[in-house]
Amino acid sequence: MSAEWIGKSPRRVGGFERVTGAQQFLADIRLDGTLSVRLVHVDCGHAKIIEVDTSEAAKVPGVHRVLTAADLPQPVPRFGPTFQDRPVIAVDEAKFFGEPVAAVAAETDDAAQEAAAQVRLRYEELRGVYTIDDALDSGAPLVQDPSLRPKDPLRNTNTLEELKFGWGDVEKAHADVVVEDTYTFPMVTHFAIEPYAFMAAPDGDGIRVWSPIQHPFILQRIIADVLELPLAKVRIFAPDPGGGFGGKGYPKFEPLLAFLALKTGRPVRLVLTLEESFQAGRRMANRVRVRSGFLRNGSIVFHDIMADCMIGAYVDIAARVVEKASYTACGPYRVPNARILSRALLSHTTPSTAFRGFGVPQMSWAVESQLDEAARKLGIDRVEIRLRNLPRKGEVFIPGDLPCDGNWDEALRKAAAAVDWGSPLARGRGRGIALGLKISATYAASYVVLRLHYDGSATLMTGTSDMGQGARTVFSQIVAHEMGIPLSQVAVVMGDTAVVPYDTSTSASRSTVIMGTAVFRACQELKAQIRRLAADTLSASENEVVVDRGVIHGPKGDLTFLAFLRDFLGSTRGELIAVGQEVKKKTWKHPLAGTTVFYELSCTAAEVEVDTGTGMILIHTFATVGDVGKALNPQHVEMQDGGAAVMGLGHTLMEHLILDASGRIRNLGALDYRIPTIKDLPLQMHSLAIENEDGPGPYGSKGTGEGGLLATSPAVGSAVQEATGVKIRDLPLTPERIWQGLQDHVRGR
Amino acid sequence: MPARTVSVTMTVNGRVRTLEVQPHHTLLQCLREQLELTGTKECCSMGECGACTVIVDGRSVNSCLMLAAEADGCTVTTIEGLAQDGRLNALQESFLEAGAVQCGFCIPGMVMAAQDLLNHNPHPTVEQIKEGLAGNLCRCGGYARIIEAVHAASRGKME
Repeated sequence: MSAEWIGKSPRRVGGFERVTGAQQFLADIRLDGTLSVRLVHVDCGHAKIIEVDTSEAAKVPGVHRVLTAADLPQPVPRFGPTFQDRPVIAVDEAKFFGEPVAAVAAETDDAAQEAAAQVRLRYEELRGVYTIDDALDSGAPLVQDPSLRPKDPLRNTNTLEELKFGWGDVEKAHADVVVEDTYTFPMVTHFAIEPYAFMAAPDGDGIRVWSPIQHPFILQRIIADVLELPLAKVRIFAPDPGGGFGGKGYPKFEPLLAFLALKTGRPVRLVLTLEESFQAGRRMANRVRVRSGFLRNGSIVFHDIMADCMIGAYVDIAARVVEKASYTACGPYRVPNARILSRALLSHTTPSTAFRGFGVPQMSWAVESQLDEAARKLGIDRVEIRLRNLPRKGEVFIPGDLPCDGNWDEALRKAAAAVDWGSPLARGRGRGIALGLKISATYAASYVVLRLHYDGSATLMTGTSDMGQGARTVFSQIVAHEMGIPLSQVAVVMGDTAVVPYDTSTSASRSTVIMGTAVFRACQELKAQIRRLAADTLSASENEVVVDRGVIHGPKGDLTFLAFLRDFLGSTRGELIAVGQEVKKKTWKHPLAGTTVFYELSCTAAEVEVDTGTGMILIHTFATVGDVGKALNPQHVEMQDGGAAVMGLGHTLMEHLILDASGRIRNLGALDYRIPTIKDLPLQMHSLAIENEDGPGPYGSKGTGEGGLLATSPAVGSAVQEATGVKIRDLPLTPERIWQGLQDHVRGR
Repeated sequence: MPARTVSVTMTVNGRVRTLEVQPHHTLLQCLREQLELTGTKECCSMGECGACTVIVDGRSVNSCLMLAAEADGCTVTTIEGLAQDGRLNALQESFLEAGAVQCGFCIPGMVMAAQDLLNHNPHPTVEQIKEGLAGNLCRCGGYARIIEAVHAASRGKME
């Protein structure tokens, strides 16, 4: 019998390569004859492009091509996962700081850099839309050309979409106490340590494109569309991303690289600087106004939410972010009356895209803080007010969607216990607690191919991307566990659309549940084949054969896989092949095209100390508890959860992109934009989980990986308020803000 | 006009290498592009993230801040130089065992910075580990387990 692999924590598959430097990230891959590419952009957020003079650049030795919009098919193709609004390269106007207006391909990176500096741009800086208020100003310029959405009544505004969700009747609901406030969440950037990088190369009558992309099949579709090629002629190589966090979800400069490869007939390679990576993707900024009603006993009567969400110059996946986050804006609670109005506002800024948490942290900052405010007014404990409003397992809390699928009170109590909630506090300290809820995928199509080789080892082919979450490891564990073979005899192949079957995306903490189910089913299919085929050898009927953990049991005797394969496949050799799939079709009746597969629920609790002299926050104890159903690899779950928590501390305490009056990012790069370092770790950190095996994934698993940052800000903000009496509604909670708040507090303002 | 190159001799991972480098190229560029030692990573290019950390003459440096020409006569150890004959060293083992590796992009620099710390201080305290790795960013946020890994390696548990 082989070892049981579920619930164990074997070492990361691919870990050896990562500690020896052998792991090839995109920028480490070398192709013969590759041209280096550099981009040219204007020095402001919004400009009319008058002339792009490439004559001097073209004279730089080694330059092969300088490409502008004029060199592309006209009109210049546009792309995007939901709206086809983004041109391959800027046309007529530059709409965000960093949007390329020219691209240089040269024999060396030095030559490309020099030539990029020689491209002469004549442009006129135009008034830009750089804030939520700018976007709502009727006199502001339109970010998007109205002809891109001719039938949309909002086409002559900077509002891309107005979304309304809700139930009950907020106007008629009676509340004993009403609290109302406005909360802001700034733009922040992904800052994956691997900057964005792309390659493309002609491939006969097709093309090959390399990108550390989380969703290779979406990229394949988009490249096929812009080049007017069949999918079969577009091959995407997606090496493991060096951190994705949503930023590497959707195509950016891959279409540009594809055109450059075809124009030059050579492989082309673009590695962005960290500064350029900041300019390529970000989290949307929100201003959320919430009016909430409560009964004296703490029951929520209503939430009336108005969220203004500043997206970028092109839609990318931002409309979906606004939609999904708004839909769950009331959080994991029983809310009898809800009115949620959200506006997705276009601006002349870096396109906002998916970012771990997918819009939920922005909403939970506001709505969870409201619960704390109500608790204070009503004299109810902050844990207690949450317990009173949490739905029980099986209870519907978002009408028409999946009922509550976990023991969420257990997560809340566990987090509270981890920070000794209720015990006396030392001077200058405070505690906070908050819950976060995120819906996962609402539709999906994930397929795998599982091959059992002649020697009993297995190869799994899957379209999931492993960006650190450990999908290779977990899928290997499922195959090893189900087939009863050693983990070392399972290989997982990813990242090549010509080889692996289709997968919608690696997003929404979905892969363990959705792709994991496909893997599990492929194992069952393989076992069914073996049962069928082994029946003869064992002189038994198919029904009498049992395949269990590497052994084929018949009524008169047993066979090992190896013996069976040798016998059945014979001297010609060969293999058994199984396909597994998990498909959830779109339901158009549902506002999100389908109910969620599961809820990702997490509770965060913190105990902080505030230095009243400096406004610095010291986090003494920090706990996150995720409802993971079943941790297939507990160490990986803890790493993901703890990592998300640290990222959440980043946007809570220190991160924000700052624009100047011309829409330029002022704190571009690692020196001026701070993310948590090892010294920012809480003194004590607990990454915990509850496991009730009540998820829809294999062995009762649910997805995880995002939960840990859903509720960081409201938990820390609440703790700071308890410690100081100062309530801050704008993130991040910088020492300056807290210090200023303390001064105002002392003066009684 | 093409820049005049500079002749540089350095010992990289135990091997003496002589090569012509561009005067403006960094040690990082030289390692990655000329010596094809791509284990050393590039991220911020301004000495803030630590992804490009290597050990030069017994001290950890950000190879993006050192010119290749300055490495003339130096002994350089990169991530590729730690494992011997495919056998991981104690620190590398410890990183894997402790679950300190997620996406892995920061890990070569992180391991080199930690190795440098242990070379100078075989039994660091948690505070000293934090100080030693303060210049290495991990966006996966795996710091807690990285500390654990360095601590475990320092206790010699992983051998």
